[in-house]
Amino acid sequence: MNAAQDLAAIGTGFSDAIFDSQRVFRAALDVLSRPGKIGEIALSIDLPRGLHLAAGATLLALLDQDTRLWLSPSVPPDVARYLRFHTSCQQAVELEQADFALIAHPGELPPLAAFVQGTADFPDRSTTIVLQVSSFMEGERYVLSGPGIAGRSDITVPGLDADFVAGWNARRRSLPCGVDLFLVAGNQLVGLPRTTRIEA
Amino acid sequence: MYVAVKGGERAIENSLALLASQRRGDPQVPELTLQQIREQMRLAVDRVMTEGSVYDEDLAALALKQAAGDTLEAVFLLRAYRATLPRLGYTQAIDTAQMQLARRVSATFKDLPGGQLLGPTYDYTQRLLDFSLAAAAEPPVAPESPMEVEAAAVPRVMDLLAAEGLIEVCQPREGDPAPADLTRDPLHFPADRPTRLQNLARGDEGFLLALGYSTQRGYAHSHPFAAEIRFGRVEIEIEPDELGFAVSIGDIDVTECQMVNQFAGSATELPRFTRGYGLCFGHCERKAMAMALVDRALCAAELGEDVVAPAQMPEFVLSHSDSLEASGFVAHLKLPHYVDFQAELELLRRMRSRDIATAAEAA
Amino acid sequence: MNAPDRSALAPAAYASTWETNFNFAYLDERSKRMIRRAILKAVAIPGYQVPFGSREMPLPYGWGTGGIQVTASIIGPDDVLKVIDQGADDTVNAVNIRRFFQRTTGVRTTESTAAATVIQTRHRIPEVPLSAHQILVYQVPVPEPLQRLEPREVETRRMHGLSEYGLMHVKFYEDIARYGHIVTTYDYPVMVDGRYLMSPSPIPAFDNPKMHMNPALQLFGAGREKRIYAVPPHTAVESLAFDDYPFAPQRWDAVCAICAAADSFLDEVITDDRGGRMHVCSDTDYCRTRQAAAP
Repeated sequence: MNAAQDLAAIGTGFSDAIFDSQRVFRAALDVLSRPGKIGEIALSIDLPRGLHLAAGATLLALLDQDTRLWLSPSVPPDVARYLRFHTSCQQAVELEQADFALIAHPGELPPLAAFVQGTADFPDRSTTIVLQVSSFMEGERYVLSGPGIAGRSDITVPGLDADFVAGWNARRRSLPCGVDLFLVAGNQLVGLPRTTRIEA
Repeated sequence: MYVAVKGGERAIENSLALLASQRRGDPQVPELTLQQIREQMRLAVDRVMTEGSVYDEDLAALALKQAAGDTLEAVFLLRAYRATLPRLGYTQAIDTAQMQLARRVSATFKDLPGGQLLGPTYDYTQRLLDFSLAAAAEPPVAPESPMEVEAAAVPRVMDLLAAEGLIEVCQPREGDPAPADLTRDPLHFPADRPTRLQNLARGDEGFLLALGYSTQRGYAHSHPFAAEIRFGRVEIEIEPDELGFAVSIGDIDVTECQMVNQFAGSATELPRFTRGYGLCFGHCERKAMAMALVDRALCAAELGEDVVAPAQMPEFVLSHSDSLEASGFVAHLKLPHYVDFQAELELLRRMRSRDIATAAEAA
Repeated sequence: MNAPDRSALAPAAYASTWETNFNFAYLDERSKRMIRRAILKAVAIPGYQVPFGSREMPLPYGWGTGGIQVTASIIGPDDVLKVIDQGADDTVNAVNIRRFFQRTTGVRTTESTAAATVIQTRHRIPEVPLSAHQILVYQVPVPEPLQRLEPREVETRRMHGLSEYGLMHVKFYEDIARYGHIVTTYDYPVMVDGRYLMSPSPIPAFDNPKMHMNPALQLFGAGREKRIYAVPPHTAVESLAFDDYPFAPQRWDAVCAICAAADSFLDEVITDDRGGRMHVCSDTDYCRTRQAAAP
């Protein structure tokens, strides 16, 4: 394929970048502020295969030339090309460089300790992970508590590693350092800021 | 019956109308044009461009007109305009060694290659009010410009000193990383020298002048000498990825000041002169010189000197150098604070009545 | 008695276009993304001041540019915006900022707390409790609660990193020793989620309890100092105190002279030159709503 055909093959991004970005950001802000709440992205975007709508929308809204994105190994090249084209984001070759990380499915999630956690002086300089899962309707049930949650909430997610909860809660000992997670399934979105406790 | 104060919107509209009228002044008097400001208030334009961080003489002239001559207000206008402009890229570093010189002087040598080129300066004027300027007159005739001098014939004084190993050499860090962009990222401490210089370049001239002056009066004296002051035209170049070489996109006037300061050395290094650097848009010598003095003072920690004076304290200098931040926060005291004041009033009354009661009991 | 201003209770007609020689909400998209990323990190680290690349705005630093940048980065056509200063919609600063957003977004505005989805505030929290669909954006002059005790940012950053807040405890202890009680009446420091000491902005101490376990999201913007921070919903916010000197906010012996509220923050209004005074609700929407409901 020549360059022109390559470009033509890349799907469109937001149809109205200003307002679509704003709505998607508000959805992301809402779910990160209320862990356990399922947000929905009500947009239609021409995304490449292998990129969930909520993942694509969130990354289109938040990435640009000032951010570095790490992609897990089985993220298709079309997805990489799509995201770079629409956001001009830089590629993070190593996890240590990543501002954002897209994980194709739970099996490819690296140990949380491998991501940038921030420092005591700058805990904000840490990675935000976007993890694609197959659904929020089936799988393991996880009970959540912490900031953003009145009492307790819960989510149901299939495919998370057996060690995930132990690993997540172990990282909490290093608070305020840590990583922040968006789980996406199709057009749905759940936020897990580092402050959330997951009951074992 | 008490009626809550309303009409804030109307008050604002009236205030804006009054301001516009005051800015215009007597309508019988011809209106200022941007060209007049650009040409005949040139030094105000230069200062506004420097602190506004935008090289555009017409925009700076417009800002000065809109601000009725208030330089800080004009700087604010330009900065706010600049803040949301798209960033297309970064230029190459300008090369002042290639400057088309209008003025070049050195206090460290009586004579030197390229000579002392006085150029246009107030330095030799007597500050006597010239009443002939009160009326329009025949435009003065500039003397014929000297033949264009080869840049190689006017080497930079610092390069001459460096050739003898007498002056500290300032090299970019390993890998020549891009400097921070203070117009887009917040300042962090410790701030490296490129970041400090950027902050000082945008900093308020009055503030830097006072700090520079303080060093001369003993608040961290550094024995400065004005090695060279240059004013003239430099080329702006960009290197687009697709081309792989630099192309000129225009030229601008800048003023550069290089100060030579007290020598430092150590057990392992021969003593050398240290340096201070100042750079601004247009012809702003006072600012460039003050900037160079403060730059050198801020190198204290890196040179192993005791930090004893405000000009040497990066947090103090860099946090208060921005005229927008300073004037905004000082002026914000004009905003309503009656709720906070009410809280204080209530506490004060409570404390006083308690003290009075205590005294009454004791009596 | 004046009839309540009913037109102020309904949102102004939605303008479908804004003044299109501006970017929507003034900021360019790249700046908005930078601020949005900072806001997300702020929510993930409650009470921690996230540094951000604050832009020069058309209002001066110190006049609400931080709050404006936060609002500009979150607001959209679906929102209804309320702007208050000292609790009132009609003070000059509130009017100015509301006009700014009307010109640059065309978004609906309101004076009714209940009708708003985004509330930008200077120095007060509305009396009407907020709900989960609302975001409260505070304008913050000095985000660093320790700044008046230690002006160096390098030092205060280290204190936050180590959760070392002895300096503030000592200050309060000295107040008690000298005056018999803590003399901070506004911008009273709080501990957020048991971890970060935070400046709630110069709201009166009276308002501090409203921050605790609030169902709304609370965002804080400091434009001049270039920091954004957040308190997520349902998060613990505790005003600093000692066990034997508990937190004791303001109280009045008076009630509002207009609506008779006994539970709101009261402004003192001087009515004559012989010391005549009356007290009225600082929160003008609250007062008007109570007046309208009164039989």
